[in-house]
This record gives sequence, C-alpha cells and structure tokens, in this order.
Amino acid sequence: MRLEYFDIIDTVDVFDLENGHVEASSTIPEESPVFEGHFPGYPVMPGVLLLEMMNHTAGYLLLGLNNFGRLPFFAGAKKVKIRSFALPGMLMKSVCDLVHDGSGFCITRNEIRVDGKLIADAELTMMVMDFPSPELPVLVRERARQHGVELGTLT
Amino acid sequence: MSSTFDVVSQVISETSEIPLDQITPESHAIDDLGIDSLDFLDIVFALDKKFGIKIPLESWTEEVNEGRASVEDYFVLKNLCARIDELVAAKDA
Repeated sequence: MRLEYFDIIDTVDVFDLENGHVEASSTIPEESPVFEGHFPGYPVMPGVLLLEMMNHTAGYLLLGLNNFGRLPFFAGAKKVKIRSFALPGMLMKSVCDLVHDGSGFCITRNEIRVDGKLIADAELTMMVMDFPSPELPVLVRERARQHGVELGTLT
Repeated sequence: MSSTFDVVSQVISETSEIPLDQITPESHAIDDLGIDSLDFLDIVFALDKKFGIKIPLESWTEEVNEGRASVEDYFVLKNLCARIDELVAAKDA
C-alpha cells in the first residue's frame, strides 16, 4: 500500500466474477506522508482512504465484469460507516459483492475487516465509461497483474 | 399504464423526496422534478429491482446524444412508463 499514490490494494485474493465477488487485502504502512497530517503523533488511516479501498475493490469487480474493456469510476456511496480506527501495520481485508448490475452502473456492497472485525462498510454506486486513452487499459491490466489478478482467465 | 406510473411515482417520491402530488404523467424528470443524473441512477436501480428488468440507460443516453431520440422520449414520466411496459412485455414474452 502506498497511500500517497492511491495505490491502496496489495493483492487481489479472490476474483470470482461468476458470483460477483472480489476480495483484496492490504497492510497499512508504518510510515506515509499521509500520517504527517493525519494525525501528528497518532497515525490513523483516514476514513476516506478506507472508502477508497472499497472503491478499488469494487473497481476490480467492474473491470472484470467488463472484461477489462471499460473503466469503472466511483459515483456515490450510501450507508457509509467507519466503525473503528485502522492503524499502521494492520492487515485489512476488503470484500466486495455485486448487488445490482445495471446499464452502465453497478451497485456493490463492501466491507473492510481486520482480524475478522468489521471496521468499515458501505454501499457503492460505480459507473463505467470507455477508456479515455489507449494507454490506460494497458496500465490498468499491468497494475491488475501486479495485484495478482489472473487476467488469463478472462474471456 | 396507471399501475406502472404508480410504482414509478412512488419510487421517485421515495428516492428524491418529492411529494407524490407533484409527480404527474406529464412531469419531466429533469426539468420539472429537478432530478439529477445520480438521483436518476438510484431511481433506475429501484425500478430495475421492482420490475425485474434492466433499463438500458446507456443506449437511451446514446440515442439522445446522437439525436435519434429526444430527452422527452425517456424523461417525461408517461413515456418512461411506456418504455418500462415494453421492457416488461419483452421479458415476459
């Protein structure tokens, strides 16, 4: 996880498109420029970045459902709850389930847990658009490979 | 038509907090009711679930953008209800 680059996910552990289910994990770094401000002397993963982790996990689900041919983006969140502090060194497990596959959008249910304890959850609205440049899908696929997504299984 | 409109108006009222008596078959979702695109996604989500259909929002948008349909064809509620009825009929066929 490199918070300052919004590189939030370390690995995609489960990529089950048939059941609309993705799991990802990430360890909060011990040090990050983000913690210089949030908060001085008491580093805490900002809640918006927990939401961002849920967004990235949902993003992988939508990338997969669209065969990595369209770009997902975060459009809205409901029922957002940040239930506990997420601290450096914690291993976070992010789970995303498809609630509804609409035309050009999806609704997903997301959770983040640490040692099985629910620390954040939300319902996300994700939209998809065509990639705005020919370079971007290449970069996205490369990032997905780095995160452990088995692109060879995609049709 | 009336039952579809009843469901649609109820969904719009609940989703966008618009009093039911302000929603008529002639209402334009954007111009008259002030529904924005993200609110409309919530409405489509609810309608997809209620009717068991997948409202083809992307192709509708494309048709409007390309001039093959007018905004009113989809966003005036009586027309939206007619499109929903068509989708339900196609699903049941």
